[in-house]
Amino acid sequence: MARWLPRTYLALVYLLLYVPIVVLVVFSFNEARTGYSWGGVSLRWYEALFNNRALVGAMWNSLWLALSAATVSTVIGALTALALHRYRFRGKKLLNGMLFVVMMSPEIVLAISLLALFLLVGLQLGYVSLLLAHVTFCLPFVVITVMARLSGFDESLPEAARDLGASDFTMTRTVLIPVIMPALLAGWLLGFTLSLDDVVVSTFVSGPSYEILPLRIYSMVRVGLKPEVNALGTLLLVFSLVMLMLSQWILIRSKR
Amino acid sequence: MHSAMQQPFKTAVLILVWGWLLFLVLAPNLLVVGASVMTRDPATFLSLPLNLDAYRQLFAPLYLDVFLHSLYMAAMTTLACLLIGYPFAWALSKVAKQRQLVLIFLLIVPFWTNSLVRTYALKLILATNGLLNSALMSIGLIDEPLQLLYTEGAVIIGLVYLLLPFMILPLYSVFEDLKQELLLASHDLGAGRLSTFLHVIVPLTLPGVLAGVMLVLLPAMGLFFVPDILGGSRNLLVGNVIKNQFLDARNWPFGAAASIVLTITMAFLMFAHRLSKRRLGEEGA
Repeated sequence: MARWLPRTYLALVYLLLYVPIVVLVVFSFNEARTGYSWGGVSLRWYEALFNNRALVGAMWNSLWLALSAATVSTVIGALTALALHRYRFRGKKLLNGMLFVVMMSPEIVLAISLLALFLLVGLQLGYVSLLLAHVTFCLPFVVITVMARLSGFDESLPEAARDLGASDFTMTRTVLIPVIMPALLAGWLLGFTLSLDDVVVSTFVSGPSYEILPLRIYSMVRVGLKPEVNALGTLLLVFSLVMLMLSQWILIRSKR
Repeated sequence: MHSAMQQPFKTAVLILVWGWLLFLVLAPNLLVVGASVMTRDPATFLSLPLNLDAYRQLFAPLYLDVFLHSLYMAAMTTLACLLIGYPFAWALSKVAKQRQLVLIFLLIVPFWTNSLVRTYALKLILATNGLLNSALMSIGLIDEPLQLLYTEGAVIIGLVYLLLPFMILPLYSVFEDLKQELLLASHDLGAGRLSTFLHVIVPLTLPGVLAGVMLVLLPAMGLFFVPDILGGSRNLLVGNVIKNQFLDARNWPFGAAASIVLTITMAFLMFAHRLSKRRLGEEGA
């Protein structure tokens, strides 16, 4: 087979994947209001964006939510991974199974089950309900990232620490945590991004008291075209790109 | 082995993890199962007696049509992802290792970017006076703009665009594991290209295909914002129905029943995936 054929095919698919993103970025600098025709380069939509109080407020809410959800899920996820890796306990398979189910289930299934729970226990929908939900769907991703790191780890180190009289807690703190640090950072960044992007689960478990960015964008784009969304999308794109590059850099550097 | 000092740490960790998963995963799911067999109640959401009305309603002509249409769009999305993704993953696995890393990175960039924003970007391209129509008109292929937005096709394009990486990644991982010796052996034994493909490559990559199908088919029924932005009111997904019934009409039993049907579909696909992997394991041994 000719060598150019597979390469051309790869290039074509990448082109299709990236055209919409490039269009979005280019149009974010478009002076024209209609969004389809070119009216010259301008930063007016970025300006409009930052003058939109509701949007800026939602942005801060989202950042705070993503920050806290990523942090809580990294702590719990890391402890879960350590427990799965080191301890024998009853129901380990069930625990593994539940994490797998959370990761594979359609988001909407998770969303309605959490909404049902929150309404049943009388939790007011807002920051707390969003946090609980976001931590739950981020958790399995942190667990697998950390587990992957632990599985390639030399078991003689914790043994040595224990032989030298370190307690389990001390050993975890001084030996295991440094080893899984890159995975913790990568897991945190992934959790942060997942939380910042989530639409489906948030639609169900958020309340009027705590408006977040994806839902604000959702209500904006449902009715026609909004040029500010181009600018906002471009900013979010750059932000995610930085996060992803950071996480890849951490993981690749740690392998050396 | 276990000193008194290390027990409390283990206990604390296990209580935290179990507590979280039982309260926020197991309990809510059982609640949904319960809700699906209860009766709708405007005041308290749910009430007794227990019955299967919600499931019956699900299969009534009105909703059955929506479901079948949603299933059709999800199936077309999955098929398109498979047809695009299979050769893509194959070609990707043949690229030099160093370049593969960059290409994979480019593949997961969209996964890390806001899916709502990417769906909106498609709208810029597909709109009546959007880029695609302008381009087609300027090269003289069409005289009048085509209605691309608010069609079934637009929803499928949106879903494929969002879900393609989820098909490619598991396929890529099976192609990476594909042993070249097996292909050579097949060739040495006199098998032609087609025969090697059908009898060696397809069975060996089947677990990847099923994993990809699982990761695409189910979200393709649930991502309600895609038809909201691209599809108009006639091209609804199961996700839209669940959302409307749960949030707007407050018909919990119905929403719960629909969600359970999705879960059962997922369980079935997971089972098929396991089975295909196990069969491969036995043949390999």
